[in-house]
Amino acid sequence: MCKECGCGLGGGSVNIGGHAHDHDPDYGHGHYHGHEHHHEAGHTHGPFTLNLNRSLMEKNDRLAERNRGFFNAKKLLVLNVVSSPGSGKTTFIRETAAKLAGKLRVGVIVGDLATDNDAVRLRSAGVPVVQITTGTVCHLDADMVSKAAAQLALDQLDVLIIENVGNLVCPADYDLGEDLRVVLLSTTEGEDKPLKYPPMFHSANVAIVTKSDLAAAGFNREQTLANLKRVSHHAQVFELSAKTGDGMEGWVDYLVKQRAT
Amino acid sequence: MHEVSIMAEAVRMAVQSAQAAGARRVTGLRLRVGALSGAVPEALRFAWDVVSRDTIAAGARLEIETVSATGWCAVCNAVFECAGFYNECPRCHNPSSELRRGRELEIAAVEAE
Repeated sequence: MCKECGCGLGGGSVNIGGHAHDHDPDYGHGHYHGHEHHHEAGHTHGPFTLNLNRSLMEKNDRLAERNRGFFNAKKLLVLNVVSSPGSGKTTFIRETAAKLAGKLRVGVIVGDLATDNDAVRLRSAGVPVVQITTGTVCHLDADMVSKAAAQLALDQLDVLIIENVGNLVCPADYDLGEDLRVVLLSTTEGEDKPLKYPPMFHSANVAIVTKSDLAAAGFNREQTLANLKRVSHHAQVFELSAKTGDGMEGWVDYLVKQRAT
Repeated sequence: MHEVSIMAEAVRMAVQSAQAAGARRVTGLRLRVGALSGAVPEALRFAWDVVSRDTIAAGARLEIETVSATGWCAVCNAVFECAGFYNECPRCHNPSSELRRGRELEIAAVEAE
C-alpha cells in the first residue's frame, strides 16, 4: 500500500534514472541539535519532558533549502509543475522547452509511480531528462530531486523543470527547492478544482489554464478565473494551449524575465 | 492525506531526541496540528499505533493540540479567525487568502523516562 495517502497503489522502490534508491534514506546527519544534556548509558532517572517545537516537515524543508541554494548558485530557474493526472504536464513542458529553444536551455526531471513513458516523450523532443519512478510514493520530495539533478549536466542548463507526480494533494506539502510552483488546470477539468484542492492552488506562484483549444466543451472561463483568484490571488495566471501554441508566447516571455531576475 | 509518513517522522524525531537525552522509553508525545494542515487527527492517531509499534515509543500517550486558523487582510491589516483558505475580511470585506496560523505540523514535546 502507498504509505503516504493509503491509496492502495502497488509496491516497488524509488528509481532515479535507472538506479534504485531507498525511499527513506537516513540523510547521513545523525547529530543531535537539542540543548538537553546527555546522560551516561545505564543512568536511571524519572520521567522528564523534552520541549522540541520542531516541524515534522523539517527534514524535507532543510533538504529543499539546500537544493534551492545549490540551484541558485548554478543560476538555474527551477519550476515545480503540479496538476491532476492528465492535465497535460508533459506536453506543456515539451512545448515550453521547444519555445525556449535558442533563448534558454531546459532540462527536465519527471516523476511518476511507474513507467518512463514521459521521459521517452520528452527525450524524443531533444530535452535532457531524468525519470524518477517513485514506486509507491504519491509525490516527489527534495531528496529525490537532488539525486535526480545530479544526473543532469546542470552547468549546461538555464531552466530546470520538475514534473511532479500527477496528484493535487500530497505534493502541496513537499518543497523541492523550486523558484516557482506552477499548477496546471486544464479546461476539461471542473472549474471548481481550485476550491476542491485549496492547499495546492494556494501555494502556487503561477496558475496555468491549459488546453484552451478545448474550452468550447462547456468550460466556464469566468468562473474558473474567479475561483483561481479566490484561492490563489497572488498567483500569476496564464491561459494557453500547448497543442496549438496559443498563449505560449506570454508564458515563455515570463520565464525569460524570471530567469533574468 | 499522508498521515502515516508524518507520524513515522514524529516517531523518528521522538525516539532520536529521547535516546540522545539518555531515556529508555518514550511515554508521551504532544503534536501541534493546524486546522488547515491537511492532516486529520483521527488518521494521525490511527497511524501512531501502527508506526510506534516495535519502537521505544510503543504504548506512549499521544496528545494532539489543534491550532485554529487565523487569516490576515492585506488591505486593512485585520487579523481574524477563519475556517478555510479563502476568506472575506470581516472588517473591510475584501477577499483574503493570507494565513497567519493554521498550517502547523509540529512536534511540541516528548515525555520520556
